[in-house]
Amino acid sequence: MSVFVDKDSKVIIQGFTGQHATFHAEEAMNTGTNVVGGITPGKGGSTHLGLPVFNSVAEAVQETGADVSGIFVPPAVATDSLLEAVDAGVDVAVIIADGVPVQDMVRTKRYLAGRSTRIIGPNSPGIITPGECKVGIMPSHIHMKGRVGVVSRSGTLNYEAVSQMTALGLGQSTCVGIGGDPVNGTDFKTVLQAFEGDDDTDVVVMIGEIGGQQEVAAASWASQYMSKPLVAFIAGVSAPRGRRMGHAGAVIAGESDTATAKLDAIEALGHRVVRNPADIGDTVLRAVKETGERAGTGAS
Amino acid sequence: MNIHEYQAKSLLRQYRVTTPRGEVVYTSKAAARVAEELGGQRWVVKAQIHAGGRGKAGGVKIGNSPAKIAEITDQMLGSTLVTAQTGPEGQRVSRVLVERASRIERVFYLSMVVDRDAQRIVVMASAQGGVDIEEVAAADPDAIHTEYIDPGVGLVDFQCRKVATAIGLGKKTTSFTRLLKRMYRLFRDLDCLMLEVNPFIETEDGELVALDAKMSFDDNALFRQGDVVELRDFDEEDPKEVEASGHGLNYIALDGSVGCIVNGAGLAMGTMDAIVHHGGRPANFLDVGGGASPEKIANAFRIVLQDPNVRAILVNIFAGINRCDWIAQGVVLALKQQGGSATKEATRDQEIGVPVIVRLAGTNVEEGRRILDESGLELIQAVDLDDAASKAVLAAEGVPA
Repeated sequence: MSVFVDKDSKVIIQGFTGQHATFHAEEAMNTGTNVVGGITPGKGGSTHLGLPVFNSVAEAVQETGADVSGIFVPPAVATDSLLEAVDAGVDVAVIIADGVPVQDMVRTKRYLAGRSTRIIGPNSPGIITPGECKVGIMPSHIHMKGRVGVVSRSGTLNYEAVSQMTALGLGQSTCVGIGGDPVNGTDFKTVLQAFEGDDDTDVVVMIGEIGGQQEVAAASWASQYMSKPLVAFIAGVSAPRGRRMGHAGAVIAGESDTATAKLDAIEALGHRVVRNPADIGDTVLRAVKETGERAGTGAS
Repeated sequence: MNIHEYQAKSLLRQYRVTTPRGEVVYTSKAAARVAEELGGQRWVVKAQIHAGGRGKAGGVKIGNSPAKIAEITDQMLGSTLVTAQTGPEGQRVSRVLVERASRIERVFYLSMVVDRDAQRIVVMASAQGGVDIEEVAAADPDAIHTEYIDPGVGLVDFQCRKVATAIGLGKKTTSFTRLLKRMYRLFRDLDCLMLEVNPFIETEDGELVALDAKMSFDDNALFRQGDVVELRDFDEEDPKEVEASGHGLNYIALDGSVGCIVNGAGLAMGTMDAIVHHGGRPANFLDVGGGASPEKIANAFRIVLQDPNVRAILVNIFAGINRCDWIAQGVVLALKQQGGSATKEATRDQEIGVPVIVRLAGTNVEEGRRILDESGLELIQAVDLDDAASKAVLAAEGVPA
């Protein structure tokens, strides 16, 4: 199963003929993703990477039956592309761009009301179900098919965690990059809910950072409703107050926003927390082993 | 991006929100002239720096003659103001705002921010104005009224009436509604992240006036806010951070000894945390971003090395959209540019002065490592994050690798 994307996902790429889109679409296709076409307004009717190019998302969806869109356009025009994908009714829209104005996302969330599209991002590395479907910019080769669900606000820290797990033989069911912006399409709690309902996920890793209360809200939900173990890391223990640390959303506004406060709150809710980012893989391994022992099956 | 009070007030006036009459000046002579032109018996001189907490630090003073205003201005200009928000080094005052003093009947608090948890713009208002709102929130949270704005319909009149009633302005709902809706339009049109009017006052004549104003804008939206960009004051920012942003680097100076060059904001923070975990302290946050060219890496080295506290540099790259071979070329370029004869024959002191620890992973990692190996440079290579952080901390403490 996995969450949000799998081997049955039919993927289209917005901004298809651009340099980054081309590179990452090719890489995704080489690792098994079913890319069925793309969109570049004005270039409809041509082919790119052997696939049809359309002028609009609606047209692409109609012709190919695509249900997932990867949006690879610059931030200034990203909201336009995103709204077009939502309007065309794709199930999942993944938006990579770093630099989308926050009020655009506020309006986009309002536009979503009553519609069914799930937005992943912006400012996201994308989403990957290893060996089945990748919509994003993460390096495929560090991933391995398995049973750990990963959700992260950061791209490179996500890679760091995944590579630690893969080195220990711990594969991933799906890795979801929800993005580093203050207003994002999908929050931690929603992803935890999806992993809880996924038969292919045994353990979930949540990688957050300073700023906001999303991680604690998700952990609070998990302590009441999630049966699977949750391992959490929050980046930015050493971050100064009031400064934006790269990501638009990573700024400590109050005491409860600090990494230490969030780690303490999550630990108090009964979850495993990682204090040193180099220990993420080991901590997940312990959680997996204990789950296996409790279930009496030896989780693979 | 933040702007000065006088700039924020000018924007408010463009949206027909009333502010005290006044003018920004750069000399004491101009201050006296402005006071005379404004007329009246009392004037206020306000130091224009971005940091808050000016009042308590002596950055806001009242005088009752143009001569006195000139004297106050003379003292303020060129002085360094240390407030609760500037840090111990303070901020130099290069301009002041001279305003006619208002006759205050009542003071209030009014602000708008993008609330990340509600994912909406929220109005916050309180009858307890002129004090630190965080203190009000901690002591008496019910004293702050909040109203969330639906972006589909905008701020609606009934919400303004609710706010007015909540803060005791029930008799002024018409003028308050007009004022609040103008502020919301400004917030929306100019891509604000925060707009704070504290205090916002009712004068003895019954007029509603923005006595102070603070605004910050969404950096991600500056591409469509040309007029706002014009208001940026580089004197208020760390020169190293300004230079870094010019090179597409995200740099924040800290006070430790391990310089950091990392790709991705999350990993950059994670690297700092790993350094702290090993007993060291990061000298900076630095995210080289995606698609880092060799030149970009070389610039990153130059900026990190401007910090005299740096005793070791840790390069930690997990390449996804980046490429390890380009990063490695950048490291080689930087060390050769900075150090001249940075070869194994030379001692560390003749090179860039500090040991360099490199950890590469991800796209094209083999090629990246080969470039470093064949460069002839004396580098400390690390296999993973833990190894890198521990080696960097030891190197910064002067322990030989």
